[in-house]
Amino acid sequence: MESIKDKVSIIGMGCTRFGERWESSGHDLIVEAVQEAYKDAGIEQKDIQAAWVGTTGSGRTGQCLAEALKMHYIPITRVENACATGSDAFRNACYAVAAGVYDVVLAVGFEKLKDTGYSGLELKNPMTSNRTQTLTAPSEFALLGTGYFSKYGLSNEEGKLMLAKISAKSHLNGVKSPKAHFRKAVSVETILNAPIIAWPLGLFDCCGVSDGAAAAIICRSDMAKSFRDDAVKVKSLQICVGSKSGFLRSDYGFSHVEESFRAGKAAYKEAGISDPFKQISMAEVHDCFSITEAVIMEDLQFCPRGTVKQYVDDGAFEADGELPVNIDGGLKCFGHPIGASGLRMLYEVYKQLQGKAGDRQLKNPELGLTHNLGGFPAGPTISVIITGN
Amino acid sequence: MAGIISYGGYVPFYRLSRKEIVRAWGSGMPKGEKAVASFDEDSITMAVAAAQNCIKGINKEDIEGLYFASTTFPYAEKQSAAIVAEALGLTAQVRTIDISNSLRGGSLALITALDAVKAGSISKALVICADTRMGYPKGANENTYGDGAAALLIGDTDVAVEIDAVSSVTADILETWRSFGEVFSRQSEGRFSREVGYTKIFPKAMIQLLKEHGLATTDIAKLAYNAPDAGQHRLVAKKAGFDLKTQVQDPLLANIGNTGSAMALMILISALEKAKAGEKLLLGSYGDGCDVLLLQVTENIAALKDNRGIDFYLNCKKSMDNYMKYLLWRELIQTEPAPRPPQPMVSPPSLERDRQWGMALRGFKCMECNFIQFPAQMVCTNCGAVDKREPYEFSSRIGKLTTFSHDNLAAAIDPPTTICAVDFEGGGRIMCDMTDRDLEEVKAGMDVEMTFRKIQVVTGIHNYYWKCVPHRG
Repeated sequence: MESIKDKVSIIGMGCTRFGERWESSGHDLIVEAVQEAYKDAGIEQKDIQAAWVGTTGSGRTGQCLAEALKMHYIPITRVENACATGSDAFRNACYAVAAGVYDVVLAVGFEKLKDTGYSGLELKNPMTSNRTQTLTAPSEFALLGTGYFSKYGLSNEEGKLMLAKISAKSHLNGVKSPKAHFRKAVSVETILNAPIIAWPLGLFDCCGVSDGAAAAIICRSDMAKSFRDDAVKVKSLQICVGSKSGFLRSDYGFSHVEESFRAGKAAYKEAGISDPFKQISMAEVHDCFSITEAVIMEDLQFCPRGTVKQYVDDGAFEADGELPVNIDGGLKCFGHPIGASGLRMLYEVYKQLQGKAGDRQLKNPELGLTHNLGGFPAGPTISVIITGN
Repeated sequence: MAGIISYGGYVPFYRLSRKEIVRAWGSGMPKGEKAVASFDEDSITMAVAAAQNCIKGINKEDIEGLYFASTTFPYAEKQSAAIVAEALGLTAQVRTIDISNSLRGGSLALITALDAVKAGSISKALVICADTRMGYPKGANENTYGDGAAALLIGDTDVAVEIDAVSSVTADILETWRSFGEVFSRQSEGRFSREVGYTKIFPKAMIQLLKEHGLATTDIAKLAYNAPDAGQHRLVAKKAGFDLKTQVQDPLLANIGNTGSAMALMILISALEKAKAGEKLLLGSYGDGCDVLLLQVTENIAALKDNRGIDFYLNCKKSMDNYMKYLLWRELIQTEPAPRPPQPMVSPPSLERDRQWGMALRGFKCMECNFIQFPAQMVCTNCGAVDKREPYEFSSRIGKLTTFSHDNLAAAIDPPTTICAVDFEGGGRIMCDMTDRDLEEVKAGMDVEMTFRKIQVVTGIHNYYWKCVPHRG
């Protein structure tokens, strides 16, 4: 089995402003992100040989991309893997290039969520007997909160405070992120006093429901130099898909996400990383809820199990900490247009590695990790992608 | 001798103080409280709860008949007894019958089941009665009516209560009525009932039955019978010659209410909980005439002392905050809908696939590795064995709450929705909602039990499934 390491490179990226984009359709968002990526790579649409487009529900088939971009007669595939959709579109595009079938390809993720007319996320499922429990995204991840607090003996107050610090950090990062949905600092006190959405998660523990799109142009690494000097190399691409066994097995305690751990482990092996906390320069992780970020820190082995509270208290994951996490505001503040999020994470890592992240630029990052979670903690799809210079 | 083998009662967790009704309308009788079915309960769910209490420890394959009486069946066309039988996990051969429309439906179901047992066509039969009637807001009936259910297992072996005699009177007198499509019951003036109906016909039938069997009123240890209100209840005992203080079972009007077709049997169960072997009881049930039954308690009654009857529920309760909640739960007022997508249609084929395994809350045990899992699926999550499964029932097992959330976002009649992961003694996990809970009492690690509830009503389909409730008692 071969590794993807260094075989393909990103030569251009684009990302729209995320948020409530009342003025833009899903197609408009695609055009905005892809045009930025073309410009960034210095190419034209005719240079794209194949494309992958990820959306969970804002379009069907590869045609949604072709129609928006007026991209004629090339192979395009729609990818769907829940909230990890964008990452999986990118992964499929990378493999096609690594296989030597194409030289230059496009990966796009987009989602138009704010046309529904109400707040929150609509989950569309196949028709069933509708007898199972009433699940919403916040309540599913709230189970992780109660489970984690209970397993590690955190009182409700201690647990809520840890989560509030995580959200406050994301809000602070969001201020310096011009394309982010929310760009306002929020105090720990305000976060703690916010209305409860799904106990123990309050309003500020939940990420934004946003519209947006992001795109990447990928080529073989040996030809990347012909496009730019600061192309970003793919070091590992891992997807770990759960079977929702956590809903069936009593030995799953809702205090971790097994698939995150396994995807991380596989990604470190592929990229040749032995001490992720020290070797990874920055991480963009799937903080759909504050508790998710907390648990991911342990699952990705950034800190030992049961210790994330200490790391949060010490500021380890803040902008000036040892391992900055979600420097662009994360899902919490950059927003979460589902199909776009994985590529948005990658966009931030790409800009940081190129030294083009403006006010929030980190000092000499070398390796960046993106962690994208699709589904629910009891058995999700997890993507971990590591990129570097 | 045929008779009652076992009993089980059910009273909803929520009680509405009559003071709250009086406070809302500025008039009425402020004494006591009424039992109110929760937003996710109806006659079917209460029937299942009472029956579960009744048949605990009984081999379900022996139950060959199910007679379900109510005046508040959710469907006009489609049997309710069949739904109850499925939920209880009875065999496909069980004969199910709905007995509708009469306030003495409970005793009619009992008599009909008894006849089938005596005729030898059915060995054991479940008799269930449940009602959730409504009186007009601000009316006397709203104040008096309550919700509840009773279940009896009828057979001719190991009986705890022999049924020695039965007499029936039919009298088509318009005292209480409700037409199809109407929500609230109506009634004639009380004096009409007192002089022509209830208070005249009922005591006469009781006296007649005693006379036919050469018994005096003093031979009867307890008299259990339904009544529209406390005043008429007292009058019947008096006219029939019983001592109100010692011989008459409390009619539960003060703390539960008039539970319609379930009332007579609920009062009987209440009496049986205190009854001793050798005692004679008289059961009276009134509605469109009346039934009077002469009962004899046997030594087997002692084995039923741990059954959940009515007593258990008198203290297992929570006060509803206010009268508005009652109006909301009974859908008598509309409130602003949650800003969520509309409820999806229910798929009848999917319901049918569920029924094969799941209505009685069945998961499976893998025949290869013994791993217990829910819901039933083709492939074992533990060992990967394909379709090597034997049904495993969870409905009467105690579980532990592993994790939960109180969800304010989900569209719900009474938010927050408490979503749970429940792990069972002996294995198995079920993801489900929790109902009838105080937010403060919900803690990881607490014991829960399972209860059959109404999940939603979409396109006229009443969709039922199971939730957990805190294990009480």
